Amino acid sequence: MVALESTDTQAGVAGMTIDVQAVSHSFDLHGAPLPVLDGVELRVEPGELVALLGPSGCGKSTLLRLVAGLEPPSRGSILADGRPIDGPDPSRVVVFQDPTLYPWRTVRDNVALGLEARGLLRSQGHRIDKALALVGLTGFERAYPHQLSGGMAQRAALARALVNDPRLLILDEPLGKLDSLTRLAMQSELVDLWRSSGFTGLLVTHDIEEALFMATRVIVFSGRPARIKADLPIDRPYPRHRGDPVLTELRHRILELLGLAETW
Amino acid sequence: MSVNDTAAALPAANGGALPIGGGLPSNLLLRFSAAALLWFAASGVTALWPDAADAQEWERTGEFASLLVVAAGLLVLAALLAAAIRPAPRSRLEAAIASLSASVPWLIALALGVTGWEILTAKLNLLPRPFFVPPQALLEVYLDDWPRLLDCFAASLRLLITGYAVGSILGVVTGVAIGWSRAVGYWVHPVLRLIGPLPATAWLPIAFFAFPTSWSASVFLIALASGVPVTVLTWSGVAGVNSAYYDIARTLGASPRFLVLKVAVPAAMPHVFVGLFMGLGASFAVLVVAEMLGVKSGVGWYLQWAQGWAAYGNMYAALLVMALLCSGLVTLLFRVRDRLLAWQKGMLKW
Ligand SMILES: Nc1ncnc2c1ncn2[C@@H]1O[C@H](COP(=O)(O)OP(=O)(O)OP(=O)(O)O)[C@@H](O)[C@H]1O
Ligand SMILES: [Mg+2]
Repeated sequence: MVALESTDTQAGVAGMTIDVQAVSHSFDLHGAPLPVLDGVELRVEPGELVALLGPSGCGKSTLLRLVAGLEPPSRGSILADGRPIDGPDPSRVVVFQDPTLYPWRTVRDNVALGLEARGLLRSQGHRIDKALALVGLTGFERAYPHQLSGGMAQRAALARALVNDPRLLILDEPLGKLDSLTRLAMQSELVDLWRSSGFTGLLVTHDIEEALFMATRVIVFSGRPARIKADLPIDRPYPRHRGDPVLTELRHRILELLGLAETW
Repeated sequence: MSVNDTAAALPAANGGALPIGGGLPSNLLLRFSAAALLWFAASGVTALWPDAADAQEWERTGEFASLLVVAAGLLVLAALLAAAIRPAPRSRLEAAIASLSASVPWLIALALGVTGWEILTAKLNLLPRPFFVPPQALLEVYLDDWPRLLDCFAASLRLLITGYAVGSILGVVTGVAIGWSRAVGYWVHPVLRLIGPLPATAWLPIAFFAFPTSWSASVFLIALASGVPVTVLTWSGVAGVNSAYYDIARTLGASPRFLVLKVAVPAAMPHVFVGLFMGLGASFAVLVVAEMLGVKSGVGWYLQWAQGWAAYGNMYAALLVMALLCSGLVTLLFRVRDRLLAWQKGMLKW
């Protein structure tokens, strides 16, 4: 696989600072408010890769949507580099839980989406092939999404995000649909990519090993409405080893926090 | 040669098989020969059996018989090609012969039908005249009146295409606008609710009065008939677009213009095509009515004119032209759709 070089201007994009300040959010469900986030306080420094863990349906994806600027929070505010987020911006790119490729576009045209939307197809078009190579989809440029497997679609969605050279990469279970082998390989790829290009990362995952292998910090949420239960720095050098006893110890703690200690 | 001979030839076609190379069916030679034989028979019946004594003698009988012989000759040629040349598998010639051989049952049925038609009308005079005419009467029309028919065909095509294009373009634009903008929806939706179900022909008296020419009135009516279904279907297509498609484009820096043109419209395209097909059907109906009642040209006018003169041969000839026009346009639209929506799997075939 090939490394995706960042923009010509500097070696490595400056990562973005994200400041989530006392954010609460609720949805309207059958006329009654459904509180989903409850006073979330979180500061992510440039270049950090923060993993978010929590029970299903607690509000992790919701938090990511707010950070992406797709919805405003009900209460509190979110700052990107000190400025309030008032809408989506291509510097903050999301890989959604569901790949949602456009069925009428080929894989290549799907990956080209961001460049096309910003009128950069001419000048930056060469990045598309690199992004496709990075996720191992070379040779499938002209395939349509219905001709891909679930894992390939997810990788195409990843390439569609990476090609934009984001300063904040928001990943919502990006490897959830991959088989375990590809998944391990992609984890290493993502870590290499993150280390070489320096973006800030927010990663939601259900896989504790994945969080410990990749992240600089793990945030553990409570059940809905989500509150931050623990904020654990993972102070281990890269490249990490999955058998690292420190990580094993942390894994035990996280399972405890999630109320699953007895399964250990 | 009589009809009985041709009937006797049929079982033979299904009998002994003759092995032929390539991917073609092995009894191809027999199948083509049987069809050819029946066309020869049809020609023989037409040319050799004298017309009924108690009725008129039809013109162009000889020409029609020759035409049938040509058809039969082409089938013989196909049979010879299939048997003797043995086209290489997957060659274009093989593909052509294979598709022709798939139509053999139809070719046989057509030959039988033409023969029966010929016998019932010209030969035995069993059907009431002047409403039923033999096939050579149609040929006579095509040979003698083709300049006028061609004019009418061109006029119909021009009127239809103009009206349909105006209606479809306005329909797509309106549909997208209603689906996209709440304000447009607020104003246009009730109008569409009220006007939409009204058949376009109901506007006919007003249209012919309000427009400067009957031609522009007809364009309006056809545009209305095709525009309404296109609008409604485009709108429902745009309204049904997965909102995640917009989320993705927005986080990648898409402008509202991009969201409309590159997300909403392509995502709604399958619906738009349903509307385009419905609109095309509606526009045929309006075309014929408008031409019969107002416009002084076109196939619809020709139909009306032929009926006025009790020229039933001309009427059938015009009907056939009309059928070819409509079915040709529908086929064309299917081609366009298959090309534009190639990304859809499990497509219907027509
Ligand atoms: N648009 C919406 N309208 C109403 N309720 C919503 C909406 N989106 C999410 N919710 C609710 O908010 C809660 C949190 O959803 P969210 O998708 O953030 O969970 P999650 O933590 O990402 O879960 P998972 O790990 O299963 O993906 C859920 O209970 C869900 O029902
Ligand atoms: Mg989620």
